[in-house]
Amino acid sequence: MSATTTERGRAAGRGGVRGTAATSSPARGGGKPQRNRADVKAGYAFLSPWLLGFVLLTAGPMLMSLYLAFTDYNLFRAPTFVGIDNFTALFADPRFLKSAQVTAVYVLVGVPVKLAAALAVALLLNAKHRGQGAYRSMFYAPSLIGASVSVAIVWRAMFIDDGIADQVQQFFGLPAGGWVGDPSMTMPMMILLAVWQFGAPMVIFLAGLKQIPAELHEAAAVDGAGPIRRFVSVTLPMLSPVLFFNLLLETIGAFQVFSSAFIISGGTGGPADSTLFYTFYLYLKGFTEFRMGYASAMAWVLVLVVGIITAVLFRTSRAWVHYTGDVR
Amino acid sequence: MTTATTTAPRTTVSTTTSATATRRKRLRSVVFHVLVIAVAVVILYPGVWMVMSSFKPSGDIVGNVNLWPETWTLDNYASAFAGIGGVSFWTFVLNSLILAVGSVVGIVLSATVSAYAFARINFPGRGVYFAVMIGTMLLPFHVVIIPQYILFNSMGLVNTFLPLLAPKFLATEAFFVFLMVQFLRGLPRELDEAARIDGCGHWGIFRLVLLPLMRPAVITSSIFAFIWSWNDFLGPLLYLKRPDTYPLPIALRLYVDQTSVSDYGAQMAMAVLALVPVLLFFVVFQRYLVDGVATQGLKG
Repeated sequence: MSATTTERGRAAGRGGVRGTAATSSPARGGGKPQRNRADVKAGYAFLSPWLLGFVLLTAGPMLMSLYLAFTDYNLFRAPTFVGIDNFTALFADPRFLKSAQVTAVYVLVGVPVKLAAALAVALLLNAKHRGQGAYRSMFYAPSLIGASVSVAIVWRAMFIDDGIADQVQQFFGLPAGGWVGDPSMTMPMMILLAVWQFGAPMVIFLAGLKQIPAELHEAAAVDGAGPIRRFVSVTLPMLSPVLFFNLLLETIGAFQVFSSAFIISGGTGGPADSTLFYTFYLYLKGFTEFRMGYASAMAWVLVLVVGIITAVLFRTSRAWVHYTGDVR
Repeated sequence: MTTATTTAPRTTVSTTTSATATRRKRLRSVVFHVLVIAVAVVILYPGVWMVMSSFKPSGDIVGNVNLWPETWTLDNYASAFAGIGGVSFWTFVLNSLILAVGSVVGIVLSATVSAYAFARINFPGRGVYFAVMIGTMLLPFHVVIIPQYILFNSMGLVNTFLPLLAPKFLATEAFFVFLMVQFLRGLPRELDEAARIDGCGHWGIFRLVLLPLMRPAVITSSIFAFIWSWNDFLGPLLYLKRPDTYPLPIALRLYVDQTSVSDYGAQMAMAVLALVPVLLFFVVFQRYLVDGVATQGLKG
């Protein structure tokens, strides 16, 4: 394909490029290659901000961090090549393993719970009742502010010793104590914060539910399918592309949680490293200890893990995601 | 609409069952509202608690489940407005504003232009670039922060806003480019053809025909760009180390660290103040925001 287009461009070069006015009417056949060449020029001109950003701020830095991952570098002395030392050190570093474990639990538990909440509320709102639009907006609001420092401060105040959660526990005769200082309770607290922001995937689920043709439900109902059967056999398959999209987006997002854990733990990742999320540890290594090589190795391990998970999701999606060509 | 078509035949089958049908309908409506209000309470409680706590005396915040303050006070706001470490509160606001407005300008300029190239210009390699652009959306951005920091640090740009704003002018946030590509694809191609016959080049088509029509996408992107920049924590944490360059989130963090355990009131007041613009945007533009999220998911 590209071969033919370049050939066309060259042909246009031979056959007199001047006279762009010719593109409009009579010389349509001769005009097309010219427009093509103009298109190439315009294409790169219009794309230049993105291209420049991609080369300078994404691709270049990625290659650089790949190089740094095999070096010892502290920002002040030139990087020295150390081979795979950073990677072997990583997997012998108990704090790294702990941060990987904390993040894995957060992703594996937090994402499904959040998506289940989003789907449940979307189903609830999908039934047409008055005020549906207002509720949709209201439930979306936490997604907009959830990652802010303000909300993290509120969360901390609510789950600290003698805080709201503690009061409720004591009211019901449960053991007293805040969640912030208890290594076994910080993960539920962080997952609650994530689930509280179920609004964004809920809005996407709702939009997907609206696209399911009513005839399908009617046909299933005529065939005697109850609400549960209709949910499993009609709603879920029809919703699977949207479910896949949400799953992918939320999983990638969950791997990158940072600011709330940073604020709630006061910049330490404590207690007992129970809020030391992956990106948090990367930050500590790279920007407080200035072990840039080590942190780059961490970054690349994250890229590989997220890449593998994305690939697996796409692969398995063929088995459970149903794309209907005609609906849309 | 969908429920209307499903329930309509059922109620018209016979008049005897219509009474029970309406009763069932009313019952379902009650159940719906009870459930939705329960969710709403859980959603709203932390936010309302934050706002109300900011008017309570500082010692009466933690553990006070009641929302309504027993005694009202504005002391918390007085100490929030007093600033931190000799830097005025308004300096933080101004820094946040410069960053947010700069982000909006950068993103709107770079994303509209790039999206036009992806959606409307035929040139070899476009498909590959588009796939790469989508790929960057899935990339954990932490892989680039270290080299970017090294780059900007070597240029002496730490403690300036440039490392935070330059990426926005270079369309590195693919979400916005993608949003605008999707929007452009929905506009009829005949518009381009008509403008071309009238003698417009690509710039003319973009500037005079399509850009004015892209208003909804530009508004949605601007709001998201503003709010995300306003709430951003990691970026300023890396690049802005001098208190007079701090935007609100970093100032807020400094406040939490400095005031130690005691002054929850001032923390709450400042947390509220930091969210005011976001909440204003939300109230005014909620439709744009929610619909923007909805269409993004559908076409992805």
